[in-house]
Amino acid sequence: MSLLLENVKKSYREPNGSTLPILDIERFELKENEQVALIGESGSGKSTLLNVISGITAADSGKVTISGTEIASMAEVVRDRFRAERIGFVFQTFNLLPAFSALENVLLGMSFSRKKPNRDRAKELLALVGLEQRLHHLPKQMSVGEQQRVAVARALANQPKLLLADEPTANVDIANQETILQLLRDACAQNQIAMLLVTHSQEVAKQFDRVETLTDFNKVHAKVSL
Amino acid sequence: MNTLTIAWKSIRQRRVASLLTALSVALGVTLMVSVLVINGVIDRMFNQTASGYDLVIGAQGSKLQLILSTVFRVGAPIENLPYRYYTELKKDPRIEEAIPFTIGDVTQKGGFPIVGTIPRYFAMEYVPGRHFRINNEGKFLPGTWDAVIGSVVAKQNNWKMGDEFQLVHGSAEMGHVHDEKFKIVGILAPTGTPNDRTVFVNLRGFYQVSGHEKPLDEALKREAAFFGETVDEEKLKALMEANAAHDHSGHDHSGHDHSGHDHEVPDAQKEVTAILVQMKGDRLRGFTTINFQSEVQEANQAMAVNPIRQIGWLMTNIVGNIRTMLIVMTSLIILVSGVSIFVSIYNSMSDRKREIAIMRALGAGRTAVFTIILSESVLLCLGGGLLGILLGHGLVFIASPIIEARSGLLINPFAFSSIELVLLPILVVLASLVGFIPAMTAYRTDVASTLSD
Repeated sequence: MSLLLENVKKSYREPNGSTLPILDIERFELKENEQVALIGESGSGKSTLLNVISGITAADSGKVTISGTEIASMAEVVRDRFRAERIGFVFQTFNLLPAFSALENVLLGMSFSRKKPNRDRAKELLALVGLEQRLHHLPKQMSVGEQQRVAVARALANQPKLLLADEPTANVDIANQETILQLLRDACAQNQIAMLLVTHSQEVAKQFDRVETLTDFNKVHAKVSL
Repeated sequence: MNTLTIAWKSIRQRRVASLLTALSVALGVTLMVSVLVINGVIDRMFNQTASGYDLVIGAQGSKLQLILSTVFRVGAPIENLPYRYYTELKKDPRIEEAIPFTIGDVTQKGGFPIVGTIPRYFAMEYVPGRHFRINNEGKFLPGTWDAVIGSVVAKQNNWKMGDEFQLVHGSAEMGHVHDEKFKIVGILAPTGTPNDRTVFVNLRGFYQVSGHEKPLDEALKREAAFFGETVDEEKLKALMEANAAHDHSGHDHSGHDHSGHDHEVPDAQKEVTAILVQMKGDRLRGFTTINFQSEVQEANQAMAVNPIRQIGWLMTNIVGNIRTMLIVMTSLIILVSGVSIFVSIYNSMSDRKREIAIMRALGAGRTAVFTIILSESVLLCLGGGLLGILLGHGLVFIASPIIEARSGLLINPFAFSSIELVLLPILVVLASLVGFIPAMTAYRTDVASTLSD
């Protein structure tokens, strides 16, 4: 799945009425199966960019095109389903539902697509991330590293074509950082999933072949030399 | 994982708050179900008790008092009618059956009302299609000093076949105890009507009880006045002399068993409190009844009361109002429970906005999260409602022996009222109403800002 952003602008209205520009992207492209690290400091608009790409937030102007379909042209219901079926999301704070077990969190990820939730596949995914013994554990009964691995399994649940990862290793220890990054990269490579990972960490970014920098409301096109 | 499963998970997550909320609904429904079940029994009792006869005839006065004392055996009877009125009435070709009733005495033990009547009373239906049933060896008042007792009387007084008892005039504690004893020759099977709490004695024996026959001169004068006749003084004198041969009121009754020597009381000295009348005919029976009732009214001697109409009046104006009040009160309790569901879900929304935002980010549409919250409200209400129905019937099950013992009402704790069927859809509507605002909060959740918080 290819992703193309053209002249995308996004700003927020501040309480005093002034506007705060967040994004101004002339052009950004992610090719099929490509894995890109997008580096930026805190508050540089990384999360906003992922929200715009996934259709959670609408851009003020410009075009976000995924596999030839412009996100803004979709009705909200279609966009929601598109997100459920085509885009996987891994958050910095895992965002697991606390009342749901590991297995149920993965099944929840399958619940909003048109396909019937597949319990066996959910178990396979949890086995893939090394949690086959923790299927019925609640998030609070797992370590942060395990919680993020559940989140990775959930992001892969609907066999997405694009995976968006927002600082996926920021809240986990170094040992787990490696594991999670490797899991994401391997899973995307094996399943032909394009991945856009945003991070503020140079250490994380340097593991990707292509790294882009997102400066505050600056165009995202310069390749960062490491 | 479907919407209901997700909603159920959320309820379980807040199990204490959810349980308390559902219990408040259950409490309201329990009370309503109890009211409905007991009301159904009262309704049936009032509407069916007087079904075996078309009219109750009594002395002029309060129609309601006549029905309450004759049919429900509650309160004091009004004035009596001369026995001659009954004997003439039963000759009317339009009348199928006329049953005399004498009321006024009670049992010393338990204070159960005593009715003097004839065996044919037990041939009438006590509710549509149901006839009195008696114990195997029991008989329906064949002898002068025989008594048949209702099931509650037998149970509460622990009276058995062959037991004897005396009649008390007035109240059980303060009244005058008659010397004569009646013997129990039959115990009625439960009917769920006031008959269960009644002691029936043979009318002939009732008249022979000391003090029950009116003094002859007084009785004749009263009878003449009733029928608008003049008293023949010579005839009265002759009758008085003849009666002196057995001066029933003159000799001492105490200590001697009257049941050994029957003496027929002259009709002139007898009175009846009420007459139950069954008219002839089938299709035109209602019409005949109305005509006959008008004739009795116009004669200005007695009054003929249609028990169904009086009971209908009682149900509409008294029992019905109480029922309505109870239903309104229990409805308000359910409404308050609904508000507590609203408060519970609404208060949880600030904590749950993040969960909703996560689901939206995973692809859940606005409608999906709206439905999840609404389902939660419906599940809580329905769960509480079903629990309330079970508890309500359980409460009636526990209370029914006590109510039965105190009132003679036969209660089927598992009898369902049709209103109960409406109750669950009403709860769904209530849940939808109270769940709407929290569901809209979920619908409008700003995913990006909530996830960034």
